[in-house]
Amino acid sequence: MHNLSIKQLSTLLQSKKVSSVELTRYFLDRIQTLDGEINSFVTVTPELALQMAEAADVKLAAGNAHPLTGIPMAHKDIFCTDGVKTSCGSKMLDNFVAPYDAHVVSQLKALDMPILGKTNMDEFAMGSSTESSFYGATKNPWNRQAVPGGSSGGSAAAVAAGLVPFATGTDTGGSIRQPAAFCGISGIKPTYGAISRFGMISYASSFDQGGPMARSAEDNAWLLNAMVGFDERDSTSLKMDKVDYTAGLNDSVKGLRIGVPAEYFGEGLDPDVAVVIKQAMAELEKLGAELVEVHLPNQHLAVSAYYVLAPAEASSNLSRFDGVRYGYRCENPKDLNDLYTRSRAEGFGAEVKRRIMVGAYALSAGYYDAYYLKAQKVRRLVRDDFIKAFESCDVILGPVAPTPAFNLGEKTDDPVSMYLADLFTIPVNLAGLPAMSVPAGFVNQRPVGLHLVGPYFSEAKLLNVAHQYQQVTDWHKQTPEWIEGGRQA
Amino acid sequence: MSLQVSEVKKIAQLAAIAVEPAEFELVSKKLSNILDVFAQLEKADTGGIEPMAHPLDQTQRLRDDLVTEINLREKYQAIAPSTQKGLYLVPQVIE
Repeated sequence: MHNLSIKQLSTLLQSKKVSSVELTRYFLDRIQTLDGEINSFVTVTPELALQMAEAADVKLAAGNAHPLTGIPMAHKDIFCTDGVKTSCGSKMLDNFVAPYDAHVVSQLKALDMPILGKTNMDEFAMGSSTESSFYGATKNPWNRQAVPGGSSGGSAAAVAAGLVPFATGTDTGGSIRQPAAFCGISGIKPTYGAISRFGMISYASSFDQGGPMARSAEDNAWLLNAMVGFDERDSTSLKMDKVDYTAGLNDSVKGLRIGVPAEYFGEGLDPDVAVVIKQAMAELEKLGAELVEVHLPNQHLAVSAYYVLAPAEASSNLSRFDGVRYGYRCENPKDLNDLYTRSRAEGFGAEVKRRIMVGAYALSAGYYDAYYLKAQKVRRLVRDDFIKAFESCDVILGPVAPTPAFNLGEKTDDPVSMYLADLFTIPVNLAGLPAMSVPAGFVNQRPVGLHLVGPYFSEAKLLNVAHQYQQVTDWHKQTPEWIEGGRQA
Repeated sequence: MSLQVSEVKKIAQLAAIAVEPAEFELVSKKLSNILDVFAQLEKADTGGIEPMAHPLDQTQRLRDDLVTEINLREKYQAIAPSTQKGLYLVPQVIE
């Protein structure tokens, strides 16, 4: 059951071979039995899930249910969920029970998709390993000595371990794609503005973008259909034409021009990862796609620009956590300033504090032009590189991450080395383009992700390419050995 | 680049985060490492390039000036650390 696709689960529910309550109980049991091994959930919500499943079964019995109705899911703990603790992986919000639903939560609630719980994440989505969570690190189901990636590491690990068919994620600098790659699942970050940010706790608002994380491209297409859409309450939400992302999945990729940036295969890329990616390129060539060399000459500046801009936005966004209206408040504050500064010092973890301070510095008098404005100019250079590259290709291909999953603790003492783990994903966020991660093989029994990047609003094309690749490969169907019913590469 | 203790104090003040004197050295070292990443930007030739704030160069959308939210004060204050008669309580500011 836990290896079935969203489409297969939908068929079982619609034909009443299984009820939503049965399916929900099945996944809740798996979470209870297996999550102790990987710590992918912060909160499990069995009562809410079963109540929603019962409502789903009523609609399924009536015969007019949506194809996604009754399929259990989980939300990254960054999405406000009415009446449920929404911690964002932080002590600051350990006592925060959200008083409203994020737009994405409302959208999926409206389809009666039972919420199994909230998944673990790097504190305030600032990290690439899910080790900075207040609730302890999530472990990679493929190797429990390894990180699952981050910041959406809980969602990625939960899907990879078959604890949930699908979970939401968010991607500010690679936080959907890198954990998807490290855990061997598929994930898509849509065009900036495609999915509402309302109720998604802000990190860096000009980059933050939600998206689905599931086993296959086809699963992601089904979920994207439910999640994309204009929302009045998000000031950067885009008005887009309604697209059925499943419609073009079976299109041929014959004649598709795939751009391969020379810059992706240089220094810093693990040679074994390069081999895996080149095998994927060969598979796509066999399907009739044409490989074209392209150049992204300013990509090496992207990490620096991102680590000015994202912390600058974070320093402003996170100023709301002051111990006054909700969240953590320090004991016995001696005055108002002590209340603010000590609540923040005690409530935030080390990496979050570092980014707030770095951001405050970058925005401070005397440094604004040299850092913030300069980084915004570099952001345009990085984006223009992509636009130029797309003149000679339809999609761009490369590795999601320079290495497979690294070990727990390996990079925690050196924030800068952690930042460099995102060197291939960050440029895409600077540009606001859609991109996805697709399982493409293994290095030392750890999954490797293929990165597909497209022009604005090309989500359907990315999903089509990934789906065609997944028709001739089975990397996305593999599950870790210790999980019953699984087999390893 | 290496930050002085006085600079760390100023940054902590701007960020409204209390930093214990014993932490200054470590904080300074870690922040300085991150600022070294910033330094790579100096090499970029950005002459004539406009700063970019939004990927699609969009500006903030405006809406009609209408009331769209209902008052949910009691629900929102139920999760506050300290309230009284609909107000948030903080330590006394004025003697």
